[in-house]
Amino acid sequence: MTRVAAAALELVLSGVRALGSLALRLCREAGGMVMLLGYVLSSLFRGRVDGRQLMVSLYKTGWVSVPIVALTALFTGGIMVIQSGIFVRRFQAYGLLGWGAGFAVFREVGPVLIGLMFSGRVGANNAAELGTMVVTEQVDGLRSLAIDPIPFLIVPRVLAMMVAMFCLLLLGDVIAVLGGMVFGKLLLGVEFSSFLISLLDNVKLWDLLVGLIKGVFFGFSIALTSCHFGLSVKGGAVGVGRAVNDAVVAAALTIMISDDILTLVLR
Amino acid sequence: MLRAVIVLRAIAKLSQSLNRPPILDQLDLELRAGETCGLCGPGAGGKSLLLKILCGLVRPDAGTVSVDGVDLQTASPSELMRVQSSIGMLFQNNALFDSLSVLENVAFPLVQRVQRHSEATTHEEVMTRAQEALRGVGLAQHAHKMPSQLSGGQRKRVALARAVVTRPPILFYDEPTAGLDPVTTAKVYDLLCRERELTGATILLVSSDLPALLRFAPRVLMLYKGRLRYDGPSAQIADSDDPVVRQFVRGELEGPL
Repeated sequence: MTRVAAAALELVLSGVRALGSLALRLCREAGGMVMLLGYVLSSLFRGRVDGRQLMVSLYKTGWVSVPIVALTALFTGGIMVIQSGIFVRRFQAYGLLGWGAGFAVFREVGPVLIGLMFSGRVGANNAAELGTMVVTEQVDGLRSLAIDPIPFLIVPRVLAMMVAMFCLLLLGDVIAVLGGMVFGKLLLGVEFSSFLISLLDNVKLWDLLVGLIKGVFFGFSIALTSCHFGLSVKGGAVGVGRAVNDAVVAAALTIMISDDILTLVLR
Repeated sequence: MLRAVIVLRAIAKLSQSLNRPPILDQLDLELRAGETCGLCGPGAGGKSLLLKILCGLVRPDAGTVSVDGVDLQTASPSELMRVQSSIGMLFQNNALFDSLSVLENVAFPLVQRVQRHSEATTHEEVMTRAQEALRGVGLAQHAHKMPSQLSGGQRKRVALARAVVTRPPILFYDEPTAGLDPVTTAKVYDLLCRERELTGATILLVSSDLPALLRFAPRVLMLYKGRLRYDGPSAQIADSDDPVVRQFVRGELEGPL
């Protein structure tokens, strides 16, 4: 009986230890991100941003992501039409297809899916690049040349990812609508003009803006998480791999949680 | 007597693990202007960490670090920037920027200095100086390659060119010949000697290649378990009274190490 009680106690204790360890890790990562946010804001307010690095980051995060975002958006528009097609057919509501697809894409599906794609492509790449720079002493090399890595490396990436997400989302919204129109015509026989009239009559500018605000926030959170995990890499190549994994998971979680909060706030 | 450029007093750096002894423990050191000093010791002994403390990249947990008369712990950001601008550092992993070409890597410290001090130096002048530095290490023909396209020895020479391109009065070399073949090692040391003659800089060099280190540096230090076990002429280190130092220098299997 005593042995059973001891085993049960050990089980409980190991659970508490694991919980404590997880809580400590969460606090450490959250604290690190808050500190990084403070450094970034401080650099921004003092106007300390490297212009050349900003242009390079805009190219690497924005321009290079156009194909993958365009493809995602095209099929996002399509899937919205396929899903809503069942109800459109049942209730003969062909005139509401543009509204249904546009509303969902602009406000929710577009920002979340493009955010997740952006995180997988750009966030992971950013964490890996910064992590490699840490383990190969490139960040130390910058600091030894009296260059602060925050305005030189981090702020341009944060700004670039926010701007890139805004632009990519705008482009993605247009492509998703086009995708919806094409799929609507092919699958449901809805005319392009009917789709567009339904969209323009029912979807408000605010719906588009809500999605864009979410996109900018997602871009910011992807930048912050990927920069934090990239800069805190320890342990060589294995550490870089772990940082990429952590950055993508953290960005996905942040996107989901902040999407709920922003949806409630921006109703 | 020449002035002390680097002064360390009772430097300590604790290990991140509670059960381990400190990495650096009550370390005192003085380097005078123009002096060349070698630093050796068993692996993971805190040698690279000491160089990073001297560069202001890592803060010690106790003690004072003074470089060129500036206390690094209490220095203002502008003072720290001035001190760091006077230091050339060759990192163990070279720390070449992957996204820049060989020439851009070497020119990088010059470009930063021109921007920081608003110097009236043209881009062409900066690139010419960087080309000269590359020519000095025998790599002018590789100027437009990326660092990933070079061999280990070539990358080390590029890193050396970048460390010395601004002619800094203080130079730190961290394992400048690690992983290089004997001929390339001899070439790198030849370059280091030429730079020393040219600039008269104060040099602290960390190396595991003990014979080359002892030939290069008239004064040598040995770091073991966070403390300096030897600080004296390199010619006499093999005859040290300390059995730890003797065993390390002679490479004997039997002994306290």
